Amino acid sequence: MNLAAKDIRHNLGRFALTTIGVGMLLMIVMGMGGIYRGIIEDATLLIDHIGADMWVVQRDTRGPLAEVSRVPSNLVHRVAAVPGVATSREFVYHTIQREYEGKPIRIAVLGLSWPTDKGDWLPLVAGRALRQNHFEMIADRTLRLELGEDIKLGRETYTIVGLTANMISSAGDGIAFVATSDAMAIQFDAAGEAVRLEREARRSRGERYEVGRQQPVLLEQAYKSSAEIPPIAPPQMSAVLVTVAPGHDAEQVAATIAAWGDVTVHTRADQRELLLEGNVEKVRRQIGLFRILLTVIAAIIMALILYTLTLDKLHSIALLKLIGAPSTVIVGMILQQALVLGVLGYGIGYLVGQRIFPQFPRRVILTQDDLMQLAAIVLAISVLSSLLGIWKAMRISPNEAIA
Amino acid sequence: MNDHLAIETDKLTKVYGSGNTEVVAMREASMRVRPGEVVALLGPSGSGKSTFLTAVGLINPPTSGRVFIGGRLVLDGPHARTNLGKFRRRHMGFIFQKSNLIPFLNARENVQIALQLNGATTGAARRRAMELLDYLGVADRAGNYPSMLSGGQQQRAAVARALANEPSVILADEPTAALDSHRGRQVMELFAKVAHENDAGVIVVTHDHRALDIFDTIYEMEDGVIRPMQSAVPSA
Ligand SMILES: Nc1ncnc2c1ncn2[C@@H]1O[C@H](COP(=O)(O)OP(=O)(O)O)[C@@H](O)[C@H]1O
Ligand SMILES: [Mg+2]
Repeated sequence: MNLAAKDIRHNLGRFALTTIGVGMLLMIVMGMGGIYRGIIEDATLLIDHIGADMWVVQRDTRGPLAEVSRVPSNLVHRVAAVPGVATSREFVYHTIQREYEGKPIRIAVLGLSWPTDKGDWLPLVAGRALRQNHFEMIADRTLRLELGEDIKLGRETYTIVGLTANMISSAGDGIAFVATSDAMAIQFDAAGEAVRLEREARRSRGERYEVGRQQPVLLEQAYKSSAEIPPIAPPQMSAVLVTVAPGHDAEQVAATIAAWGDVTVHTRADQRELLLEGNVEKVRRQIGLFRILLTVIAAIIMALILYTLTLDKLHSIALLKLIGAPSTVIVGMILQQALVLGVLGYGIGYLVGQRIFPQFPRRVILTQDDLMQLAAIVLAISVLSSLLGIWKAMRISPNEAIA
Repeated sequence: MNDHLAIETDKLTKVYGSGNTEVVAMREASMRVRPGEVVALLGPSGSGKSTFLTAVGLINPPTSGRVFIGGRLVLDGPHARTNLGKFRRRHMGFIFQKSNLIPFLNARENVQIALQLNGATTGAARRRAMELLDYLGVADRAGNYPSMLSGGQQQRAAVARALANEPSVILADEPTAALDSHRGRQVMELFAKVAHENDAGVIVVTHDHRALDIFDTIYEMEDGVIRPMQSAVPSA
């Protein structure tokens, strides 16, 4: 006969409520860990998927995923010329916030280096990769754009041709993939009036110079769009992505490029590391402390409820001692209840979490390791929390059954 | 059955507290109970009856004096001479005024637990528990929790548990206080029957003078002192 089970059945309502409460707490502890894993996963997703062996970025910056990085567009060609470089492509990346259907929408725009990169590496859940170098977009599901939908950004309208899952920036914004030129157009989109004013300013600067006055045709040139004026540099990019040819030493290639004065080179591992220690380290500590607090609270609540369950049973425990029950029977009863509470709470936390976490705006990833670790912690706090009740039960004398 | 006394106490004295708050609840209380003998212990409230009974029951050791059960020294003053829990489980049955039963076990399980603690298998304990409840006339209540049983039914279940391991000593402290006199008498008769059938020594603390004819011997306790009161037995 299992006394622990009989007592639980007798106090089913209270025990069930407590278990659910503990389960919810454990679910939050689990969720916190999952959120942390999600943040790491999201932060490194792009780096892991984009298939670059190294990133060439603005000198002394940590790269476009962490901060603003600007490199000249001709860098692609300079890098391509380095021995050992297999491919070199442009990386354009920036976050915009626009109004869409009356609501603000934040989009991390990533330029795919057409035609070498059409987005075939993306984890598409619907639709297809880009098929033309203009006006097509692959959007992440979190942006809540539909396949085939049109979205106007700047002066152009883009059609959603593909959808990805879980491609989001380290800030949590969904990523939209377009061809590089489109990405630049979106980034440097200025209102018509601003463009006119800029051209006017360019012309009047020209008028102030001798050369402008002597050669009026130059002034006419200055009034054209900047793309048509050779001396004006084309828009800058965020970084250049490099893959190393087989048989070549990545370190060597990186060293060659790093010797140039205007850029810094990060290997894929560097990039990961930089991103994690920069953006994620604080989040990790914050969530870690929160988890510890929640775990302690769960332990205290469990101890309290096991203690009150024991207090309610003191007369029964005295009676059991009176009829000769050994201590092991009584300790076993309390310990089993603690374990049932812990195990059921954990199970409830896990099951409810499974259903709730997918509804969260950011990913909550429950890893096997985290779950095992939490399970071990729950077992430990179950045992610890039963000690108070056990201590109380051991002190009661069988004599008190008669009182 | 055996030539030892079922119960023998030798000058049991119990002092509660110390200094100003010292209470001598029991003074050199000696009693001998033969196997099969049913003893009543009378006395006013506070005279030390429960103190005596719990000392014999090995749950409230005396300050001095000795307790022998079945001829064996088990308590020498406050010192245990055996594993008391195990000894109680094997040889003793207890019944009190009320709340004798574990509230989260039904009537059958309350009996069964005593058997299982003593090493019976679940199946055997279950069968024996049902037999006992049947013997006590509450088999139809076997599945009920104590809160669903009447006072009399509770006491019968408690008696069934007390008898479960065929104890050589049965101790009852005002077992009929919560019952009407008819039920009370039935329970007392049950003790007598069991004592005689099993050769057990039985001590019953009671206030109920109407049922005294059932007992073989009657003791009286006053201010911690026990003495026989054979003369006071009403005509049977
Ligand atoms: N645990 C205790 N601590 C102190 N005094 C006690 C305790 N138990 C009983 N007493 C005292 O001992 C005396 C005898 O009590 P008890 O044996 O319960 O008497 P009865 O059962 O005859 O009513 C009473 O004066 C009571 O107050
Ligand atoms: Mg009493």
